[in-house]
Amino acid sequence: MKIAITSTGNSPDSKLDSRFGRCSYFVIYDTESHSTEFIPNPSKENIEGAGPASVQLIASRGAEKVVSGEFGAKVKSLFDSLKIQLVVLNDPQKKISEIIKLLNH
Amino acid sequence: MNNPPHFKGFRPIGLPEENNPVIINFEEYEAIRLSDFELNGQVEAALIMGISRPTYARIYESARRKVAQAFVQGKAIVFEGGKVYFDSEWYSCNSCGCWFNHTEKEQVIKNCTLCGSTDIEQYDESHQQGNAEDIFICPECGNEKIHSPGTPCRNEICPACNCQMVRKGAPHHHRMRNRNNN
Repeated sequence: MKIAITSTGNSPDSKLDSRFGRCSYFVIYDTESHSTEFIPNPSKENIEGAGPASVQLIASRGAEKVVSGEFGAKVKSLFDSLKIQLVVLNDPQKKISEIIKLLNH
Repeated sequence: MNNPPHFKGFRPIGLPEENNPVIINFEEYEAIRLSDFELNGQVEAALIMGISRPTYARIYESARRKVAQAFVQGKAIVFEGGKVYFDSEWYSCNSCGCWFNHTEKEQVIKNCTLCGSTDIEQYDESHQQGNAEDIFICPECGNEKIHSPGTPCRNEICPACNCQMVRKGAPHHHRMRNRNNN
């Protein structure tokens, strides 16, 4: 299964980005191959519609779960209708590598 | 409701954009989805939406008329609000402190999706907001019962004395209380 995580940087030592639509990077983690891919968020500087654009990006990568600090109202209902699970982690100090370790429980 | 549409609406092909689109509420969209896409009967569909069958029929009728109007007059359709709430259930994990929802209602959740801990709790909105539930009261013995949406009110019968119950706090209830006091 693929899981998307919002990240502030492009290394496993970067921290979780608490914003969803305007995060710096998306990490796509594959639980089967244990591979990670960092994608810069193209809609980071958008004035409007960053959330839905990010939803599109994540859905196109085939992720089934998203980990972030917060999701907006528009984004929540979009993910609901796409049947993608949301995980809200209110800990901006968590590193991407630590989250991946948690996911491998 | 389960599945809000993930787009904003429809536009007719080959017509200049008009500014008075037909507005379809989410509940009307849901009614069409349940009846004509998932092919539920009206009774089942009403239960799924948590409303009575007559109300469902009214919403569904209105939805079909709007769709027909848009088709015939070449109007755009826009999905908008209405009285709906989205019902993916949320859980919190006491081990890693995260919150998560799940997309399949039928599936039972036992483990935290992030850390796998079994120490999780379901988030219950009715406790948080102190939602007033629909309570029915028996005019004879004062027995109270929570009314479940979808069952007709007149079918709420007091289990103790077999008489018809009334909604607590409704005009009926007040009238009966006054009569009893006199």
